Amino acid sequence: MNTVNTVNTPVTRAGEARWALSNAGALVGRSLRHITRSPEQLMLMLFLPTMLLLMFRYLFGGAIATGGMSYVNYVIAGNIAVSVTFNATATSVAVAGDMLEGIVERFRSMPVSSPAVLVGHVAASLARNLVSIAVMVGVGLLAGFRPVAGPGQWLAALGLLVLFTLGVSWIAVLLGVLAKTVEGASGLSMPLVFVPYVSSAFVPPGTMPEALRVIAENQPVTPMVDAVRALFLDQPVGDSAWLAVAWWGGLTLVAVPLAGVLFRRRSAPGSR
Amino acid sequence: MNGEHAIEVTGLRKAYGSVPVLDGIDLRVERGSMLALLGPNGAGKTTTVRILSTLLRPDAGTARVHGFDVERQAGAVRRSIGVTGQHTAVDGLLTGYENLVLMGRLFRLPGRAARSRATELLERFGLAEAASRQAKTYSGGMRRRLDLAISLIAAPPVLFLDEPTTGLDPRSRNAVWETVRELLTGGVTVLLTTQYLEEADQLADRVAVVDGGRIVADGTPARLKQQVGAELLELAFADPGAFHLAREILGQDGPRADERALRVSVAVEHPKDVRRILDLLAERGVDPDRLGVEKPTLDDVFLTLTGAHAGGGQ
Repeated sequence: MNTVNTVNTPVTRAGEARWALSNAGALVGRSLRHITRSPEQLMLMLFLPTMLLLMFRYLFGGAIATGGMSYVNYVIAGNIAVSVTFNATATSVAVAGDMLEGIVERFRSMPVSSPAVLVGHVAASLARNLVSIAVMVGVGLLAGFRPVAGPGQWLAALGLLVLFTLGVSWIAVLLGVLAKTVEGASGLSMPLVFVPYVSSAFVPPGTMPEALRVIAENQPVTPMVDAVRALFLDQPVGDSAWLAVAWWGGLTLVAVPLAGVLFRRRSAPGSR
Repeated sequence: MNGEHAIEVTGLRKAYGSVPVLDGIDLRVERGSMLALLGPNGAGKTTTVRILSTLLRPDAGTARVHGFDVERQAGAVRRSIGVTGQHTAVDGLLTGYENLVLMGRLFRLPGRAARSRATELLERFGLAEAASRQAKTYSGGMRRRLDLAISLIAAPPVLFLDEPTTGLDPRSRNAVWETVRELLTGGVTVLLTTQYLEEADQLADRVAVVDGGRIVADGTPARLKQQVGAELLELAFADPGAFHLAREILGQDGPRADERALRVSVAVEHPKDVRRILDLLAERGVDPDRLGVEKPTLDDVFLTLTGAHAGGGQ
């Protein structure tokens, strides 16, 4: 007990920023470690994208007409979208666990910038989803997916998917913060999983009943999926890329500060 | 770091809605000593600790920890304290070692310092062998010790232990006590909360008894036990006649009587007190049916203390 308090102390504003950054770094490391230790996260990261792709390629694919384009070429972008929203449930659960099981409270009694814990979860979510996307593309290639994108198009598609993943992850964080129980967190984020279903992810909206078609054509997943699909297949992207950036950039810009405010409110009931 | 008090609390009040939880708490804890806050559930112990560890704002009153005001200098307070809560806050997916290194890094210990400190603490808390196992595989006692180790990662001068042994089996409890005793030899100031008189007695230099958000007694464990008695001699009688007579005979010893169970209990300090009491009864031809000797419980403390207050105070 004679090692004295040699903890560096943030005094200036810049010092505080460095402190928060260092905290976030440590907490990103923590969340990344969780991935390999959590069977649920591993399943969602590796098994789910494989199954989704095989299911839509071989089980449903034969019965869905997508106007000349092979179904696996059509559906892979949509499958990625569903995989991202599925993975979001794990993020909500992890955030709720930290909120409700004492970890966040411990951080609050420490000189720690506690919202950094949320940054850790989003970074881990991004890492998991990047692996999922790689798995999806890999399995897709084996199952007949034939992308014709150049390097620039791949990069653009990846950029869009990263933006989409960040947006969905922050929404998942938000729901995790709001959950009253850890089990409740997965229920709360479950509707996210179904958002891509009513979009152009699996079938062209033109084939849907009028009311659904209007929803599908005007919801944020559709331009993202359309743009990624067009980039993969070297087809004209049209407005979809910009719409996707506007939607998901906008949703992220709303979700991040909202998650921060709610985090502070929920982690410190009736106090600071 | 002025003054010899590591914790100074004056007139602390807190209410949840219209329910008062703290009703004016005053506390002074000398640097390097341990104060036990002893009280039943809902007495306000945890609320006090939460305010002192900057998790909760008081409605009124002031609190200083390690010389810093908990409201205006919360950051400085957080850098001076370690907190072990009633519910262990360890990361079950990380190993014991990783938990400690993570917390060290959050305190911005340099990487090597965090790693060597983690190893040192695991060693000290008897967790060296379990260091590379995930914390979720730990027993309750091991988790609690890991939690305690985490709160010490940055060698804080002030430590809050909120019911550190609640729910532990006797062996794990003893292990926690051992480590807490060691801390005191290192000059750390400790505020411990507990529901167990024995725990306060074993560990603390001073005990403050809390009830209904107020401190109802404050002193050394020895003094508190003097008031309550080290042990209680319980005498049960076969018939009401013997019971009433015994109560009368023992009147000056301040017995507590249970009329329905025909039981009288008297505080005793030494075995010879038992003989004296039995002799007193035998002189008048009263023989107890059964007898037993028990350690005073928190209940006994409260009955004695509140009784003492009602009878004109200390």
